[in-house]
Amino acid sequence: MPRVAIVGAGMTKFVRRAQETAKELAWEAASMALESCEMTLDDIDCVVLGSAPDAFDAVHMKSEYLSDGAGAWGKPYIRCYVGGGTGVFAVIQGWYHVASGVFDTCLVVCEEKMSSCMPHPQGAFLTIFDHTTERPLGPNLLWIFALEMNAYMTRYGLRKEDIAYVTVKNRRNAADHPCALLGDPNITVQDVLNSEVLAWPVQRLDVSPISDGAVAIVLAAEHVARRVTNKPVWIEGVGWALDTAYWTNRDLSYPVYVEEAARMAYKMAGIKEPRKEIHIVEPYDPFDYKELHHLEGLLLADRGKAPEDAARGRFDRDKESEPDWLPSSPSGGLLGVGNPIAAAGLMKVAEIFWQLRGEAGKRQVPGNPKRGLAQAWGDLMQVGTVVILGI
Amino acid sequence: MSKEVAIIGVGYAGFRPLTPEVSYKELMFEAATKAYEEAGINPRKDVQSFVTVSEDFNEGTSIFDEYVPDQLGGVLKPVHTVCGDGIHGLAAAFLQIKTGQFDIVVVESHSKASNILYHSHLLAFALDPIFNRPLAFHPYAVAGMEMRRYLAETGTTHKQCAMVVAKNRQNALLNPLASYPAKLTPEDVLASEPIAEPLTSLEISRHADGAIVMVLASGEVARALSDKPIWIRGIGWANDTFWLESRPWARADYATKAAKMAYEMAGIRNPRHEIDFAEIDDTFAYKELQHMEALGLCAPGEAGILTEEGYTSLEGEFPVNPSGGNLGMGHMLDASGLARVMEVVFQLRGEAGKRQIPDAQVGLAFGWRGIPTTSGAAVILSI
Repeated sequence: MPRVAIVGAGMTKFVRRAQETAKELAWEAASMALESCEMTLDDIDCVVLGSAPDAFDAVHMKSEYLSDGAGAWGKPYIRCYVGGGTGVFAVIQGWYHVASGVFDTCLVVCEEKMSSCMPHPQGAFLTIFDHTTERPLGPNLLWIFALEMNAYMTRYGLRKEDIAYVTVKNRRNAADHPCALLGDPNITVQDVLNSEVLAWPVQRLDVSPISDGAVAIVLAAEHVARRVTNKPVWIEGVGWALDTAYWTNRDLSYPVYVEEAARMAYKMAGIKEPRKEIHIVEPYDPFDYKELHHLEGLLLADRGKAPEDAARGRFDRDKESEPDWLPSSPSGGLLGVGNPIAAAGLMKVAEIFWQLRGEAGKRQVPGNPKRGLAQAWGDLMQVGTVVILGI
Repeated sequence: MSKEVAIIGVGYAGFRPLTPEVSYKELMFEAATKAYEEAGINPRKDVQSFVTVSEDFNEGTSIFDEYVPDQLGGVLKPVHTVCGDGIHGLAAAFLQIKTGQFDIVVVESHSKASNILYHSHLLAFALDPIFNRPLAFHPYAVAGMEMRRYLAETGTTHKQCAMVVAKNRQNALLNPLASYPAKLTPEDVLASEPIAEPLTSLEISRHADGAIVMVLASGEVARALSDKPIWIRGIGWANDTFWLESRPWARADYATKAAKMAYEMAGIRNPRHEIDFAEIDDTFAYKELQHMEALGLCAPGEAGILTEEGYTSLEGEFPVNPSGGNLGMGHMLDASGLARVMEVVFQLRGEAGKRQIPDAQVGLAFGWRGIPTTSGAAVILSI
């Protein structure tokens, strides 16, 4: 099996309402990724696209619409789809295109334009629920995540202020990200606790913003990667798992699907002690509690202990002195940079790429990290997707 | 590229114009159960990855991949969805096995088209939202324009297109899974109501419901589990431009590119002589002819003549759509390509009953994503 490396990455700004069309956003990110590794479309053998529900843009077969913008003209082109997990999964799909030996290079593009959905994309999310048992109740994502957050807090007796610290950390980190929508160096835990209650225990600042944006990366097989760059970042492990659709029958306090995905990726990467062998992590953080939930699922924190760890600074970007220090969401995550769904997942992979190459600028994590993990989550609190990168 | 990949189990359910008594989940469950039984595997223990193919708008549910794992036996396992034709899903599974990380991968696709009130309303949402949709034309106009250009540039006649309908629906009479078997004359087809001129209503495939599940395995595993593995010798897929304003209207360049990739992988230089028969997308009658030419099975303008001469009939030298194709079996949305593959598998195994092609050894299946797309996928299978 050929080794597969990421050799280039690019991203647009994440904004509340982009003036560009979805196609243009995809084109911008794809062009930047190609330029970053001095490649052109002629060097690209195939294209993989990630984008979440067609309902946002009201475009049926959205991948076909986006194909030109994503650079897929005249090329083998497939769109993958696992809800919110899509952004990281697109890298997995790109990985198997190249690792199969069939293609030498692959352009992976993730685009999301949520602002076309008026007045608010929550309206489109109504259509993700079971048409017979759930949709008639008029559910919305904030409600079901409030159920999950409540289950998590109740099971372990967690304090809201410990969880709220994740928002503070990520929005402070995002203040150093040139593409961020909600960076804020001065935010405090009290700001989060004082924000409007949306569906208890979820408050406005516990939640990432809806956004528009696109991210792209370039994958290459080893023999190409070595020619293109002297700093390839290798894909060492991938994993994904999808739990049952009957989410109401599950224990929501622990993301077992994330653990399954992580175990698959750790096994492939030959990792036996993840807490020692993973140096930086970008867990999916559409809500502050989700970052902690996912760190536990990834076996990087004890069950029910991630909030305490966060509060003492274990996941801060610069607290090297903290025992078991593990910088988490150094980019600023979805809470700080923004959450254009599929693009946000790929942003996490791009962040690990930049961090491992030492190219993360003001966000650079100290101590020359050698190995990082990016993870995304989606569907009905149901899917985990994991990519492990190393240099 | 050392790993060989074979199809070792096929299961299906539905294959009727309407399936009011079952949900898509029940269709999938039935198809999956049959496929696993045929392959002799337990999905919970033996399958390492699942690929499903669907589009949200066809299902009427956003993030539809939420609803696939339970009925496939894929809960808490690697499962992902591809938005494409069924053959794109087959390609995704093929690539996964080629990495050497997976030995058994399952592909699923289905159609519950009978739940869709007006399919043309969905297709209108597939047009460019800024440049095309505001013009509010019926999406079939894209097919009408393409057909007119194809006839004009290649000299193919409308009657030759009508003969495709007569042939495929006649073939469907021998296929118990076909939804629209009929004995028609080309004159019947030409006399049917015009939809988007020159396209008439009988030249447009009608929809059917059904589910298809296939089990793919790597070489050694396939030989251990199956007496009759059907090998994937080559697979290819490609997109042309999405813009209506700048596409080559007479040609299906996406099919040419997809086929080139598949032929190269299979080591095929002269497809017409090295392949015994083909199942080719015929969503619209002219598409079978246009696709045959694009796939390099004959020269531009020749497909109509070959059809007229009976060369592509069931008894002909190179049967095309022995199953009845989309016109005879019914168009199955995202599952259409897998329905083509399924017929190739049946023919190669010698299980095609009354429509069996004698001594079939190598077959081609080609799927297209339908208007307004320029996206297609081809696969070469052999015994």
